[in-house]
Amino acid sequence: MTGQIISAILTVVLGVSGCVVYFWGANRLLDMIFPAHGVSSQSAIDNLRRQGLIRPWLFLGPALLILTIYLIYPVIETARLSFLDRGGQNFVGTANYEWALGDREFRQAIFNNFLWLAVVPAACTFFGLIVAVLTDRIWWGNIAKMFVFMPLAISFVGASVIWKFIYEYRGDGQTQIGVLNAIVQWFGGEPQVWISLPFWNNFFLMVILIWIQTGFAMVILSAALRGIPDETIEAATIDGANGFQIFWKIMVPQIWGTIAVVWTTITILVLKVFDIVLTMTNGQWNTQVLANLMFDWMFRGGGDFGRGATIAIIIMLAVIPIMIWNIRNATRETGGH
Amino acid sequence: MAATGRSFAQRWGVHIAVLLIVIVWTVPTLGILVSSLRDKDQIAVSGWWTALTTSSQTGQGRTDAADAQVEQGGRFVISGNLLEDGTALTITAFGTRIQEPTAHEAGTVAELEDGVTLQVNEDGSYVHSSPVAFEGRRGERVFFEASTPPRFTTENYETVLFSEGIGRSFINSLTVTIPATIIPILIAAFAAYALAWMRFPGRAILIAVVIGLLVVPLQMSLIPLLKLYNGVGAFFGVPAKTYLGIWLAHTGFGLPFAIYLLRSYIAGLPREIMESARIDGASDFEIFVKIVLPLSFPVLASFAIFQFLWVWNDLLVAMVFLGSGSNQLVLTGKLNALLGSRGGDWEILTTSAFVTIIVPLIVFFSLQRYFVRGLLAGSVKGG
Repeated sequence: MTGQIISAILTVVLGVSGCVVYFWGANRLLDMIFPAHGVSSQSAIDNLRRQGLIRPWLFLGPALLILTIYLIYPVIETARLSFLDRGGQNFVGTANYEWALGDREFRQAIFNNFLWLAVVPAACTFFGLIVAVLTDRIWWGNIAKMFVFMPLAISFVGASVIWKFIYEYRGDGQTQIGVLNAIVQWFGGEPQVWISLPFWNNFFLMVILIWIQTGFAMVILSAALRGIPDETIEAATIDGANGFQIFWKIMVPQIWGTIAVVWTTITILVLKVFDIVLTMTNGQWNTQVLANLMFDWMFRGGGDFGRGATIAIIIMLAVIPIMIWNIRNATRETGGH
Repeated sequence: MAATGRSFAQRWGVHIAVLLIVIVWTVPTLGILVSSLRDKDQIAVSGWWTALTTSSQTGQGRTDAADAQVEQGGRFVISGNLLEDGTALTITAFGTRIQEPTAHEAGTVAELEDGVTLQVNEDGSYVHSSPVAFEGRRGERVFFEASTPPRFTTENYETVLFSEGIGRSFINSLTVTIPATIIPILIAAFAAYALAWMRFPGRAILIAVVIGLLVVPLQMSLIPLLKLYNGVGAFFGVPAKTYLGIWLAHTGFGLPFAIYLLRSYIAGLPREIMESARIDGASDFEIFVKIVLPLSFPVLASFAIFQFLWVWNDLLVAMVFLGSGSNQLVLTGKLNALLGSRGGDWEILTTSAFVTIIVPLIVFFSLQRYFVRGLLAGSVKGG
């Protein structure tokens, strides 16, 4: 165990000093090969130009190398694997995709993913907006925000334990120790096994992600609301608009761009949701989602890389429109720069 | 916002609505914190929200058998205690029939049949007395209602940290997180500077690629990297699942966000500073090290917090690239395993969960400013 800690510290030291040595050394080397000082002015200019051509790539080198190995190559390789069999040996055409379309569990996962996509981003944005607007009006707003924000720091697994405790069910006649069943019982209802309740159990899992992500939506939207010019709201107030009209007709239209960013960010997160489903139900009781199904196929029966890759590609396809939208927005913003 | 024209009810409505939201958002976490400090027997029989109140439970015991009787003033008497030593229970009522466990108040003398009397006191001591000698090898069954005062303990923490393996997993999580947080910073900072302030062909495309990679699902990388790691491991005859492997994987997955976040900050630094330094003969390397790096401290801190939270809270990458032995299982993985093996033992689960979330919560509360700044600057990132 001590060896493990020492090796971790050693890695930090080695990694950081390795980076320093590389960046410093590579720059020195470049200066030595194409010296800009102590040579004739013509060759100094030439050398400076050559340095200018090479130096960006020295700076970018390690990052590009790592990005290529860990993200760019895998994307291409996953696409290729999705057309191969389970061991990645033989070309099987679109057999994996055909399997997916016909597989009951896969269809269930797609259905559930759509359910998540329809509910979670909307709910997070809605609650986030509400909290942002309300907390803006009270003196202890920042403290309130901190509490809503807090779950964002909690891991999905930790959050799953927290909520599983809330959904805990005890048999008839026993004292209910889960908050939800205790409340239900207090109102005279019948305690339920919430996480195996058909169809609705999906929503009980979604609550966890909404609980976590509302804080994110709140922070971003709150900053956007602060950016709204006071004059627009004052003008509307003078014209006799009430609170709801100001909110829907004056404030919301001015922060559409931010709402879209929050919405798409959470959408991507939802597409990848894995930990919550794994820890709460592991896809049982019709709660399967794509990311968990993919993980399952990676290791099921020694692993079926073809089917796993196919499911990954389908998640990727859903992300691509957002990716293009992001790139277009970013290029427009940084256009001249 | 203009506060005019709002009625009393509307003003209080906002306070109450926010208070409700705060309660709903806080109570779940409070539940596991309170439970982790409770006695494990109490967790199983009463809701955590009753932790501060005295809870009552029913129990039963048996008086000693006939051979313990002594003759006192013409009566045969058996005395003893129904409760185990060291228990915190206080008996409030007792009875000899299961249908009526609370027939008699504690401390009173109950008249049973044939002149037999039984007295049970709050501390569990009893006096069983009869005009004729007791017979039989078994004593009288006594049912009682007892109340337990609130009891808090750190026992659960001792259990999970030292005998459930959470302590070891805590060390493993630190081992994964610290290098995986620090290594990407310098690599990303140099790349971000190049993308922000250096002119070279292909720069715009590279920026677009980085922004595109921000949202690539992790799932796309898993299978090829698993194959790659297995291949490298087999080639060099080393295990495929190593800490080095996961450090590099987290570095790779964190880089797009790091570059994106740092680039947008570094690109916003004042142009005049860069240009005057360049006129003074500083090279790009010197400008970066002496000017850009110190000025970028806030954004470096933002990224470090993000990466720390993301790596510490990650389950997927750890499950794929690390083994499940005790020397490699991180906290999230351990918690997931406990959910399977100790499903109903809430004293173990709540305590373990609290141990896993305490570090991110401390980081979060102490460095919230940087966290929010990073969130606002990098909200294109897919999480």
